[in-house]
Order: sequence, then structure tokens, then C-alpha cells
Amino acid sequence: MKKAMIPLGIFLVLVVFLAIGLTRDPREVPSPLINKAAPAFTTTRLQAADQPFSAKDMLGQVWLLNTWASWCVACRQEHPVLMEFAKTKTLPIVGLDYKDKETDGLKWLARFGNPYDITVTDKDGRIGIDYGVYGVPESFLIDKAGVIRYKQIGPVTEEALRDKIIPLVRELQK
Amino acid sequence: MIPEIGHFALILALFVALALGLLGVIGGQQGRDDWMALARPGAQALWLLTAFSFGCLTYAFYTNDFSVSYVAQHSNSKLPGLYRVAGVWGGHEGSLLLWHFMLTSWMLAVSIFSRQLPDAMVSRVLGLLGLVAVGFLLFMLITSNPFLRLSDVPTDGRDLNPLLQDPGLVFHPPMLYMGYVGFAVPFAFSIAALLNGRLDAAWARWSRPWATAAWIFLTLGIALGSWWAYYELGWGGWWFWDPVENASFLPWLVGTALMHSLAVTEKRGLFRNWTIVLAITAFSLSLLGTFLVRSGVLTSVHAFASDPKRGVFILLFLSVVVGGSLTLFAMRASKVRSGGSFALVSRETFLLVNNVLLTTAAASVLLGTLYPLIVDALNLGKLSVGPPYFNSVFAPIMVPVLLFMVVGSFARWKSDSATELAKRLSPVGIASVVLGSTAPLLAGAWSALAALGLTLAFWIVLASLLQIYQQLRNTVNWKSTPISYWGMHLAHVGIAVCVVGITMVKGYETEKDVRMVIGDTVSVGGYTFRLTGIRTEAGPNYHADVGDVELIREDRVLRTLHPEKRIYFSSTMPMTEAAIDTSLVRDVYVSLGERLEDGKNPAWAMRVYHKPFITWIWGGCLLMALGGAMAALDRRYRKKAASFAATPVKNGALV
Repeated sequence: MKKAMIPLGIFLVLVVFLAIGLTRDPREVPSPLINKAAPAFTTTRLQAADQPFSAKDMLGQVWLLNTWASWCVACRQEHPVLMEFAKTKTLPIVGLDYKDKETDGLKWLARFGNPYDITVTDKDGRIGIDYGVYGVPESFLIDKAGVIRYKQIGPVTEEALRDKIIPLVRELQK
Repeated sequence: MIPEIGHFALILALFVALALGLLGVIGGQQGRDDWMALARPGAQALWLLTAFSFGCLTYAFYTNDFSVSYVAQHSNSKLPGLYRVAGVWGGHEGSLLLWHFMLTSWMLAVSIFSRQLPDAMVSRVLGLLGLVAVGFLLFMLITSNPFLRLSDVPTDGRDLNPLLQDPGLVFHPPMLYMGYVGFAVPFAFSIAALLNGRLDAAWARWSRPWATAAWIFLTLGIALGSWWAYYELGWGGWWFWDPVENASFLPWLVGTALMHSLAVTEKRGLFRNWTIVLAITAFSLSLLGTFLVRSGVLTSVHAFASDPKRGVFILLFLSVVVGGSLTLFAMRASKVRSGGSFALVSRETFLLVNNVLLTTAAASVLLGTLYPLIVDALNLGKLSVGPPYFNSVFAPIMVPVLLFMVVGSFARWKSDSATELAKRLSPVGIASVVLGSTAPLLAGAWSALAALGLTLAFWIVLASLLQIYQQLRNTVNWKSTPISYWGMHLAHVGIAVCVVGITMVKGYETEKDVRMVIGDTVSVGGYTFRLTGIRTEAGPNYHADVGDVELIREDRVLRTLHPEKRIYFSSTMPMTEAAIDTSLVRDVYVSLGERLEDGKNPAWAMRVYHKPFITWIWGGCLLMALGGAMAALDRRYRKKAASFAATPVKNGALV
């Protein structure tokens, strides 16, 4: 009898999760990093492995850190939006190629286009851990003083750019 | 008028399904002949009404009736006729109607091919399927009515999603749904047997051909979907571990385990509880897949419009069906006695081990699929789980499955000797390792993974051949070997073929992304591609840039390939139509990317791939399905109930 209850038990737990899942908008989650200093990191550039990049290099400008990976399906969705946004030259966009093979990342950029002013690598995902990246894509808007002011979970959409990101950038750039 | 009649037929169908469900199940339980007699005609009437309703929607599509909201959203007057018909299942509401139509088609099949079953069993099974149909009809009528009219009739429709405008749409969804829904039949048999309290060999024997039939359709459906994604998406990939793909793969894994478990239950009376759980799980996963795809709780490339009301309904339905079944199981399981025992080394053990492994594989794929949702529900954030997880978890589980698969067909029922088995199989093992580890050298570069994959494939093929040889030597008349025996080996060889395809593609595919102007050449995998021209063409509902690419090998032009880039009028997103030259041992694949530079001599991004043995992946699936068909068509399943008990267990054949 007891053993025969196991499948039912597992199923009930599953239903609870599915029910909670239904009430969620899977994209809207606040980050504890908002209004905290962006974690410092130094890494190499994707296109030029001999040129180091440090988050400190960006001090004094408002910039967007966008995590992506060649294996990430949602990034493909986000990509055209970023391409368009990059053309407006609103702010520098730094791409963080997360847990990816360098050759795959380069191929991806060659294939779909490169919206990034600078692309850097995070091969083992350590920078991602510091930034609390659960999954790609995620983007961080960082101000002149190096403080994270906004986090976009999931693909950057046209609405998010229009309603949240661009107005905030304008304000921060003042 | 026609859409209203279709809508009305669906409402009538709901009442027929309700009556069938109540009278069928209660009649079967209480042994009321007059009620049980209604089961078969009831199922047939339900099919007729559904088919009629389906016909009405197809008619609305074909005649461009844009006053029907669903047609207006998924069709267009410029859409070619073929897609105006297949477009019926190009969106949510029509997909559900197709789902329901498939369910009633299975019911029709049960009502026809069940002459040898006791009436009470048929009545319960059809009744239970009728109750499932009630759920789907309510879902359609309450939340997703395909016949809703628009008060403001648009002059033209919004057009079918360009990604779906491909012959793949005609075959892939019906096959896949047929497989999905088909697991409702073994599910209903299991619940009927639980209600009855008689989980005997007869029950297993009745369920087997149905489980196999559903599995065949699911295999074909998944293979078609994978092939479609391969040539349509233009990335050259054939499996993405997308949530929707996983939703179809999960019932396949559990269904595979179910087929084998049913074999043991029928032959030896063992694993009865296990078989029941697998039958319930296979169908539950089909329903769960529907929930995941239709409720929008997960993000996927198959991004369907989602509506929380629909999600709530399916979740309730899922809870009632699966929760009810598992509760019934929990109440009845202790009464199920297992017959007989078996030794540690026996066919039963190998089947059990592989079943546990397949179930584990399914559980880990399920975990990966639901993980983003679970993490979100626990307020830990949002993430996406990618192929790195699935590949690293799934492949190691499959290695022992492939290894034990053929050992199971060698081992005797009940008890076998380990030394004897090792003696018989060691030459095959040595030959496989030698062949498997030298074959990658022929392909150019040796790698451990390629050697492992090919060794496993040789192991399956050689061991199956040896088994067939021994079987033929031991039987006087080869015709006495049942067709299902051949089916089993064919399906196993199909797995090996599939493994060869996956191994070769993973290990030896080459691809290049290049910028090309007219006259440029690029070489990949020993082939040279020369871009000789790019012209524009007009399709019925799109404009296309069509490339002329000469495929050259050793200075000889083999043929000209025509990759296309289409812009459909209804969408701004360009669609890639790759051009593929297929042969038995390789595909070469060209797809046209973006135009990089305009001007006199425009430059284009091109992608070229050389994919060795990729068609073997789908060829293997075809062999598996064919093997399954041979197993399901075995004469034994058509025998009268009375002669069951006397059939002896044949030595050496898992049939």
C-alpha cells in the first residue's frame, strides 16, 4: 500500500509546482543586485584574446552588460532587438559570452551579426555566478559609478527597451 | 452556417461522450448487457460527430471563411490550397480539435478490432476513453472554440505562420498527435483492469498491440519533426532539447519501457504493478506535454499564444485524470499478485534494468524541462536549461541501455547462466570493439566518443544477427518463427542505425559560415560550392531570393542547389529554405543568410554544412517503426480469448 502511494505523491508535488508556475510571469523577478555595485571582473575579449577587459574600464559611462551564449535559444529571439538597439548608439553594450566555446561564440556573431561594442568571455561561468545569472539571456544596466540599476531577465524586448531601459539610460546619462 | 453546424456537432459529441463514459464504465462494472451494448456504437457515433466537425472547420479554411476568428488568424486568401487544409491544425484551437479527432479515431479502431475481447472489457475501455474525450471537448467548448465568429469580418486573414508553411505541417502534427493520444488506449486498458481487479496475461496481451501502435506513430512523428526542423530552420541542427521536443520525447521513452514491460507481464506474469505505472505515466506525460505547450508556463521556440484560463483548465483535467488513476492504483496495487520468480541472470533482469534506465532517462529529461518552472515557483529566479545539461545527463544513461538491449534478447526467461551468456556473446563483443574502434580511422580522425558510439552500434547489429542465426538453426521450419520476432530485431537494428547517424554527425560534421560574392567558392568535407548567381522570385504569398550554387567534387559539377531566403507578405521575419543534397552516407546543406552588401556585386552570408550519415538518424527511426508494425501485426493478437491460456512460452524469442 505504502509503496503504491509513491507515484501519487510525486504527482501531487508536481501539480503544486505546475499550479504555482501558472500564476507566475516567468520573466519578472527582482534581483538582489539592484542598486549594488556591479561585481568587478577581469577577463579576455572574445575576438582578441590578448586584450584584457575589466568592468572598471567602463567607469564613467552608462553601459549594458548582456549575457548570451551560442547554445541559447532565447538569445536568438533577443538578437534582432539588440541589433536594432545597437544601431541607435544609445550606450555601449558589452556582451558576455556565458559558458560557451569561443569558436561557437565567434561563429554565432559572424552568423547573426554583432550588436556588441565589446564582447568578453565567461568560459567557466564564474562572472555569471557573481552577477547571479540563472540563465541566459540576462542583461544588467550599470551606471557611471558602476552600480547596477536595472536587470532584464530573459530576452530584451522592444517594450522593455522603450518603457524601461531607454528612459532609465537617459536619466542616468544626465 | 457551416461553422455553426460544426460547433453544434461538437456539443452533440460532448453529450455522446458523456453518455458513453458513464454507461460504458458503470455498465461494464455491473455487467449490464444493455448498457455495455452501447459502447461500440457510442464510440463510432462520437467519431462520426468529431469527423464531421473537423470537416466543417476544414471547409471553413478551404473556402477562406474569414468570419471565423480562427480561420482569420491562421489563413490567408493567398495561402496555397495544401496549407489551407493543413492550416486547420496550424494553431491552438485546431490542434485541439485534431487531438480530439485522433482520440476518437483510436476509439473507433478499438471498437472495430476488439471482437476477441470480452464485452465488459471493451465497454470499460471505451467508456474510459469517452471520459477523456469529455475533458477535451469541454476544454475546446469552454476555452478554445475553433468556430467562434467575428462580428467584424476582415477582408483577408492574417496568414499561417510562415515557419509552418511546409509539407512537414501536413504529416508531422497528425503523426505526433496520433502517437501522443494513442497512449490513452493502453492507459484505458490498465485502468479498466484495475477496476476489474484482474491484471492477468490476457490484459497484457490486449494492451500490447495498442501500446506498440501508439509507439510507432510517436516514433514517426518525432522523426518527422526532427527532419522538418533540420531542413526548415536553416541551422542544420536536428534536435534542440526544446521543451516541446522534450514533451514528445518523454512519452516515447516511457512508452518504450511500457512495450517491454508488457512483454514480461504477458509472458511471465511479472512486473504487473510496474506495467500499470508505466501505462499511466506514458499517458500522463502526453497530457503534461499538452499542458506545457498550451499553457505557456515554459518559454520555447514553439511559442504559442498562451492564455492562463487554458492553463488552469488543463491542470485541473490533468489532476483529475492522473490523480484519479494513481489513487485507484494505490488502492488496488496491494491486491495485485506477481506470478513466479526469476534468477538474477535472466531475460527478466535485463528487461527490468533497461526499463529502470529508460525511466531514469525520462525523469532526468523531465527534470531538465521543468527545472526553470520549479526554480521560478520557489522564487529562485528564472533560468533556461540548455543542451549541455541534457547531453551530459542523457547520453551516459543510454550507453548501458544499448549495451543490455541485445543481451536481453539472448538471455533465457527465468534463469540463464552468466558464463554461458558471456561465452556466446564474447566473440560478438570482441568483434564490435575491434570494428568500432577502427571504423573512426576510416572517417579520418579517431575519437573516443565516435569509437564508443560505433562499437555500440556494431554490438547491437552483430548480436542481433547472431541471435537470428541461432534461432534459424534451432527451428526446423523458419516460417514458424513469428513475425513479431523479426519486428523486434528490425527495431533493435533501427536503434543501431540511429546511433551510427548520431555518432557520425556529432563527431564528423563540418560547417562553414562565409561571406560570398558571385563567383566565390567554399569547400567543406571534400565538396566545393560555387555561388553562380542570385535572383529574385515571386511565390504565391512571398518574395524570395534564390541562390544558384554549384556543388562540385573533384572538378565535376554534381548538381546545382537552390537555397532560398523568403520574405512572406504577412511577416517581416525572413525564412530560410535550405538546399540539401542527400545521399546514403552524407548530406551537404547550403543555406542562404543575410545580404551583407548591396551594389553591383552584392555579398551574401552563406552557411554550408557537410553532415555525414545524418539521414541514418531518421532512417533508424523508420526501421524502428517498421519493426514495431511487424510486432503489432502478429497473428497471436487476433486470436480468440479462449485460446490464450494454452499458448506456451516460446524459447529464445521475446515476442
